[in-house]
Amino acid sequence: MKSTKDIAELLDEPSCEHNKKEKSGCAKPKPGASAGGCAFDGAQIALLPIADVAHIVHGPIACAGSSWDNRGTRSSGASLYRIGMTTDLTEQDIVMGRAEKRLFHAIKQAVETYQPPAVFIYNTCVPALIGDDIGAVCRSAEERWGVPVVPIDSAGFYGTKNLGNRIAGDAMFKYVVGTRDPDPLPLSAQRTDIKIHDVNLVGEYNIAGEFWHVLPLFDELGLRILCTLSGDARFREVQTMHKAEVNMMVCSKAMLNVARKLNEKYGTPWFEGSFYGITDTSQALRDFAKAIGDPDLTERTERLIEREEARIRAELAPWKERLKGKRVLLFTGGVKSWSVISALQDLGMVVVATGTKKSTEEDKARIRELMGEDTLMIEDGSPKALIKIVHDYKADILIAGGRNMYTALKAKIPFLDINQEREFGYEGYQGMLELVRQLALTMESPVWPSVRAPAPWKKAKEAA
Amino acid sequence: MTEILKRNKALSVSPLKASQPVGGSLATLGFNRAMPMLHGSQGCTAFAKVFFVRHFREPIPLQSTAMDQSSSVLGADENVVEGIKTIAEKSRPALITILTTGLAETQGADVHRNVREFREANPEFDDVAVVAVNTPDFTGSVETGYAATLTEIIRALVPDAKDAGTQPGRRRRQVNVLVSYMLTPGDLEALRDIFEQFQLRPVFVPDLSDSLDGCLTEDDFSPVTIGGTLLSEMATLGDALATVVIGASLKKAAELLEQKTGVPTHAFDHLYGLHANDKLISALNEISGMDVPERIERQRAQLQDAMLDTHFMLGQLRIAIAADADLLHAFAAQVQEMGAEVVAAVTSCNTPQLSRIPVASIKIGDLEDMELIGKAQNAQLVIGNSHAVDSAERLGAPILRAGFPLYDIIGGYQKTWIGYRGSRQTLFDLANLVINHAHEEIPVYRSVYAQKPAHELTEYPQPCH
Repeated sequence: MKSTKDIAELLDEPSCEHNKKEKSGCAKPKPGASAGGCAFDGAQIALLPIADVAHIVHGPIACAGSSWDNRGTRSSGASLYRIGMTTDLTEQDIVMGRAEKRLFHAIKQAVETYQPPAVFIYNTCVPALIGDDIGAVCRSAEERWGVPVVPIDSAGFYGTKNLGNRIAGDAMFKYVVGTRDPDPLPLSAQRTDIKIHDVNLVGEYNIAGEFWHVLPLFDELGLRILCTLSGDARFREVQTMHKAEVNMMVCSKAMLNVARKLNEKYGTPWFEGSFYGITDTSQALRDFAKAIGDPDLTERTERLIEREEARIRAELAPWKERLKGKRVLLFTGGVKSWSVISALQDLGMVVVATGTKKSTEEDKARIRELMGEDTLMIEDGSPKALIKIVHDYKADILIAGGRNMYTALKAKIPFLDINQEREFGYEGYQGMLELVRQLALTMESPVWPSVRAPAPWKKAKEAA
Repeated sequence: MTEILKRNKALSVSPLKASQPVGGSLATLGFNRAMPMLHGSQGCTAFAKVFFVRHFREPIPLQSTAMDQSSSVLGADENVVEGIKTIAEKSRPALITILTTGLAETQGADVHRNVREFREANPEFDDVAVVAVNTPDFTGSVETGYAATLTEIIRALVPDAKDAGTQPGRRRRQVNVLVSYMLTPGDLEALRDIFEQFQLRPVFVPDLSDSLDGCLTEDDFSPVTIGGTLLSEMATLGDALATVVIGASLKKAAELLEQKTGVPTHAFDHLYGLHANDKLISALNEISGMDVPERIERQRAQLQDAMLDTHFMLGQLRIAIAADADLLHAFAAQVQEMGAEVVAAVTSCNTPQLSRIPVASIKIGDLEDMELIGKAQNAQLVIGNSHAVDSAERLGAPILRAGFPLYDIIGGYQKTWIGYRGSRQTLFDLANLVINHAHEEIPVYRSVYAQKPAHELTEYPQPCH
């Protein structure tokens, strides 16, 4: 089990603006009135997209049984991550102290059946409580079977999902990053006219394959992505992250510790950005050029931005007409708030209120800058409160995480899913087209009057 | 005698099992104005919630005692009491269930004592029923968690006949119906219809067809279930004419109900296929004293006709089934009634009911086991949940989606499997899967002497000699 000191260290993230206030990651959950996942949930979400690794959940069935194969992340090849693996601990294992032994044999079984390049072990509540030493099991399994076995000590009761993200990032930094140098550039991709630069993305999960809207632009600019932690990543890519010239934190503070530690140990600069919306996508590309400081790259980046923006603005024009002036209630955590606001404003939509529960002071300042001083910032995200705000502010649509989808639908409110479980990709210039299509699809749907109006015989009664 | 093959590997791959707390939550969600609370860390609840939301596509009331580092180590009694109080204050539900997780049980929680303490300290919430159930996820499965929770709810909320003065048969048309987790909301609607045709009034315990049937209400939002068995009905169970129990997993719950009320029990393992439904209809005929309605006779004849039409596709069909015991039993019986062979029967945990299932052997394991046995046995069709879709694909066999969870189709929760009509539809669905799936054809042979047009001869090379 992680000690209280270990957890306190993970919670103390000097690069995070939240750090000044409290050290509990997020507010302490209240029994009987809590929502959200646990540290294991967060760790698994952060690393599961590493597609060729055998991800073993060490615990009884609930941890893996209800959660495996439960993400929208896509892989361009390897698919081992989609196979759920768990030690499925029984009462006997726990009472008789056989859990470690089972874990050791489980690693053997995974290695022999699937020959993965590495095995990740997620520790959960029960083995943490009975004191399984998963670090020791991982070390001896690694020695015995000759495959890297990485412990991710992520018992749910350690804390929130956010803490789990950091535990995951910490494990990657400690055990994986820096264990291999990048491959030389493939012959077919070598270019004499430009210099190729190596970069990383941290916190990009390739939901619904959306990063593939953006990746071709990196290729065109000659930016080699050593690793995206962790969308469509492979173990051998994570190993080389220390060699990047610059790291981008994508849309999330969740794995900020990775960027900070890469900076401390290898001196790699990092910046924060997003690929949602035209403005932010262009800004992210510019920030890469700026951080790398290659004038030729800067010039080519500007040309690419000009071309792509012109192209996408032309394609979006007919949609903008349809969406202009529509009012949005945006309820999503942290950095995503401002990044999505900018995407919606690109479309001429009006964001009437936004959730800021997970946002930092800096995020909030940015939101004010974008939306004006009297923007409603929502702290209470309960379904009841959200529905009330939709009505009070005459919002045309609620944009939120999947958890709120049925809240909106039951209240007969148009809805767009913005979180990780969604089935559509909105990143990059191209993703904007998908975004407008989905926005129009729900807002312009003919079903709303049909579901809101009472049955005809009831209407007649009311009139009488 | 059914041979039970125990788990023999360290790692569970592509798990079939869902946990006991998930089952306990499901049972709770079938009661009106109810709220399940899992005693564990927040993730236990979050995962279970996502599991249900993806299956039912509905908002799901589910709470957590939110155990953290210190309460996990030092004791979480306060979390339970505070959690109950918070829910009672905020939503004033009719029923709160406290379902333990592996974490709480390993730590040594005593939720029954916690509930007593809550009761003593908070008489103002006497109208809120609170039921604690031990449902750790290191034993059992969704099926056993559901059954255990139902048993405890009956223990807490059904009064003993001698205390309450209930009398079997006083309510002359009421039949209590205990239903296993395997019955979908669609099944319950169909079952209600069957009872009503015998002019009986079924009281389903629990009743997911009234709470998770996918129904748009006028109210925008409710923090607790908006339908399900009324708690006030629990006091009337002792006055019923009979109790019908569907699913062998509910044996204990049924025994307890009969012991408390003296209402006679009619138990059925499942309602899939001709013979199982014949038993039910005969029993209703007897209980109601009414002739079997013509409409039901007609549906029976329609099922017989479908059996004839589909026996060509289903006879000797080699089927792999992965499901918890009740559902495995139901499908095994129905497909064997059609002359199909169950070549792989996989279930998630050992229960006493397994020996009743009419197959040669049952493997306790996961979807990888199903896949391996299915491959060795050359299975031609798979029956399983949405997780089994990839396994079926690797086996090159079509899949009939059934059980929990069904997240890659819409409306799976509403499908009707039971009764003559539901059984007929299952036969059609199975037969269509077989017809539409490429089956083994005789390889083409082209004679070296054939006089086919010249372009065919060049397009298809001649066999080598």
